Amino acid sequence: MKTAQHPEQAAEFVANDARAHWHDQALWFVREKRDRMAVSLPEWEQLRDTASQIKLHTVSRMADYLEEFERNATKLGAVVHWAKDAQEHNEIVLSLLKKIDAKRIVKSKSMLTEECHLNPFLEEQGIEVVDTDLGERIVQLRKEAPSHIVLPAIHIKKEEVSETFHEHLQTEAGNNDPNYLTEAARNHLREKFVAADAGITGVNFAIAETGGLVVCTNEGNADLGVSLPKLHIACMGIEKLVPKAADLSVFLRLLARSATGQPITTYSSHFHGPRPGGELHIILVDNGRSNLMGSSQFRNSLKCIRCGACMNTCPVYRRSGGHSYGTTVPGPIGSILAPSRDSKQHKSLPFACTLCGSCTDVCPVKIDLHHELLEWRGEIRKRGQLPISKTLPMKFTSWMMQSPWLFGVVGAIGRWCLRHFPRWAIYHGLNPWGKQREMPESPKQSFRELYQIHESKKASDE
Amino acid sequence: MQVALFIPCYIDQLYPRVGMATLKILERRGCDVVFPSTQTCCGQPMANTGCSSDAKPLAERFLEIFSPYQYVVAPSGSCVAMVRRHYDEYLEGRPGFAELKAKTFELCEFLVDVMKVDAWGGAYPHKVGLHSSCHGLRELEMGKPSERVGPAFSKPLRLLEMIDQIELVDPKRPDECCGFGGTFAVAEEAVSCMMGTDRLRDHLGAGAEVLTAADMSCLMHLQGLGKRQQMPLQIKHIAEILNESEAKS
Ligand code: SF4
Repeated sequence: MKTAQHPEQAAEFVANDARAHWHDQALWFVREKRDRMAVSLPEWEQLRDTASQIKLHTVSRMADYLEEFERNATKLGAVVHWAKDAQEHNEIVLSLLKKIDAKRIVKSKSMLTEECHLNPFLEEQGIEVVDTDLGERIVQLRKEAPSHIVLPAIHIKKEEVSETFHEHLQTEAGNNDPNYLTEAARNHLREKFVAADAGITGVNFAIAETGGLVVCTNEGNADLGVSLPKLHIACMGIEKLVPKAADLSVFLRLLARSATGQPITTYSSHFHGPRPGGELHIILVDNGRSNLMGSSQFRNSLKCIRCGACMNTCPVYRRSGGHSYGTTVPGPIGSILAPSRDSKQHKSLPFACTLCGSCTDVCPVKIDLHHELLEWRGEIRKRGQLPISKTLPMKFTSWMMQSPWLFGVVGAIGRWCLRHFPRWAIYHGLNPWGKQREMPESPKQSFRELYQIHESKKASDE
Repeated sequence: MQVALFIPCYIDQLYPRVGMATLKILERRGCDVVFPSTQTCCGQPMANTGCSSDAKPLAERFLEIFSPYQYVVAPSGSCVAMVRRHYDEYLEGRPGFAELKAKTFELCEFLVDVMKVDAWGGAYPHKVGLHSSCHGLRELEMGKPSERVGPAFSKPLRLLEMIDQIELVDPKRPDECCGFGGTFAVAEEAVSCMMGTDRLRDHLGAGAEVLTAADMSCLMHLQGLGKRQQMPLQIKHIAEILNESEAKS
C-alpha cells in the first residue's frame, strides 16, 4: 500500500484556504503568548541552556538513571515494568487490567499511549477507554487522531465541537457557547470518572533520585482519574527521566511557557508511590528510543519534553495541519522521531520543512531541530529512499556546476527560452513553480558578462 | 582590501543587477573587487536535498577557487550560511578551510562588521519592508530572531536605517519564513505559495511599497507570487536599495 506523503496531504489542507488560515492564526496566537512569557524571564536563554545540559547528561547515562529510578520507585511501593516496544507495552497494560477485571478505564492525555495505539488495542478486548482531557475527548468522539501533542483538537472549530457533542452527548443543536459545551463535557466526564475501574496517565517527568512522577495537566483530569479507582497505570517513554527533583525547577518553568504561554501548568501532580490502599504501576517504554541514544546525529531529539512549541512556530505545520504528517507526533520533532522508527514510510517528513530554523530557536531544550532534519535528508538519500525525481536532477546539476563553461551555456539557453518561449510552453503541468508564481524575468546578459564589460571599461578608463 | 565576489549561480543568471549593485557598493568603498570566473554554485541545492555526494565536489571547488583571496563576499545570506555552517561535512580539516569560513561574509555583515560602515549616502524616499530571510537571520546571526530573548538587533536593518528619507514598515510577524526553502518551493508547492502570499500580505498591510531582503532566492519566490497576484509591491534586493540611494547622492 502506498501511504500518502506530506506534500499531497498538506496540499489538501491548504486547498481550504479559510480553514488553513484559521489554523495558522490559532497557533500563531499561542506562539505570541509564548513569546510574551519567554521575555518576561530575563534568564530565559540561560534556562534553555541548563535544561539542554541536564537532558543531554541524562541521555548519556540513561541506563544508570533508569535503574536508579526503578530502585527508588519500587522502594516507594510502585511496580516498574519494562516494555521494549508498543506491543509489549499494550500487553502489560492489558494484563494489569485483566487482573482486576477492569472494564472501564479513564485516561489522561498521553502521547505515548497514542504512539502505542493503546485505545484500539484495549477496545478490541472489550474494554472501554475514555480520554479525559477535553481536547482528547473531542477527537476521540470524532474517531480522529490528535493533530497536536499539546492541543490535540486544535484543528477543530467550536461549531464542529458543538455538532459532535450534539451527536454524542445530546447537547442542544447549534449551541456553540464554549461554556455550555465545556459544562456538558464536564458532566459527561464526571460519570466516566466515577465509574472507572482504573486510571491511566502519561508522565511528564520521572525523577531518578526520588522514584516519583510528575504529570502536568490544565484540567486536573489526571488527578481525578487516578484518585477514584484503585489502580493507576503510568505509561512513559524512557526519555521522560530527569536526574533530580531540583531539575523540575528548570523544566516546569520552561514547559508551560513554551507549550501554551502560561507561567505554569494549572496542575502539576506529583506521584510518589501508590496512594494508600491503591496500586501504582509504571511502564517504561523504549519503542525505538534506545536506537536514537546510540546515534550521535539524532541523540539530541531525546531531550524533547513534548511542549509542542516547535509545532506552534513551524510555518509548515501551521499551514498543513497535524494530520498531514501521518504520525502521532507531528511537526518538526515528529519529523525527526518518525523516520527513526521507519524511514521508508516517513521519508517525506524531513522534507516538509523550509529549514527556516524557527523550531531550533524556540525549543526550550535546544534541540537543533532543523539541522537534524537536514541530517535525516542525507540519511534517506543514503538508504536509497529518495525518489529518482529528486536524485537525478541533483546529480545533473552537480555535474553541470563542475564546469563553468557548461553552466554558462545551459544558463544562456535557459534564459533565451524564458524570453522567447510562448507562455503555454513554460507554464504547464510539469512546472510546479509556475502554478501560482511567475518565472523570474530573464536578462539578456548574465552577471559574468556584465562584469567583463565593467572590467574592460575600467581598464580603458585607466 | 581585496574582496572576491561570490555571486550565487541564480543571481549570476537571473539577477545580474544584484551582483552589479554589490560590486559597485564595494568598489565605492575602495575595495579591490575581483570576480573569480570559474565559480558556479556553492552546492546548497544538493546538500539541502540530502545529496551530499553531489554537493561535495562543489564545496571542494569553492575552497580551491576562493582560498587565495583576503575576503569573500556574497549578496546572499543563504549561500554564505552554506559555506560557514554546512561545509564542515565536506571540508573539515582541509588546508585553508578554517580560514575560508572566517573570511566569507554576506554583504550586510561585511559592511557592518568588517568595513564598520556607520553612515550611508543618499536618500530613498519609499516605504520599505525588510524580509528577514531565515538563513541570514538564524544561521549567520545577522539579527535577533523573535523567538530568542535578548537585545534586539539586525544588521540589514541597521544599514537601511542609515539611508535618508527611507520609511521602514513593520510587518505583524517579524521574521516568519517566506516559504521558499529551495526545492521545498517545488516539492511542497501548496504550502510554499501559501506562506509566500501570507508574507506579502503582511508587508502590504504594513504599508510597504518596496519589499527587500538580503536573499534574492526568497525574493524570487515572493516576486513570482506578487506578480501573478498583481500586488502593488516592488521587490528589490537590499544591495540594490543601498546602491541606488548612494549612486544618487
Ligand atoms: S522538540 Fe523542543 S520545541 Fe519541539 S516539542 Fe520537543 S521540547 Fe518542545
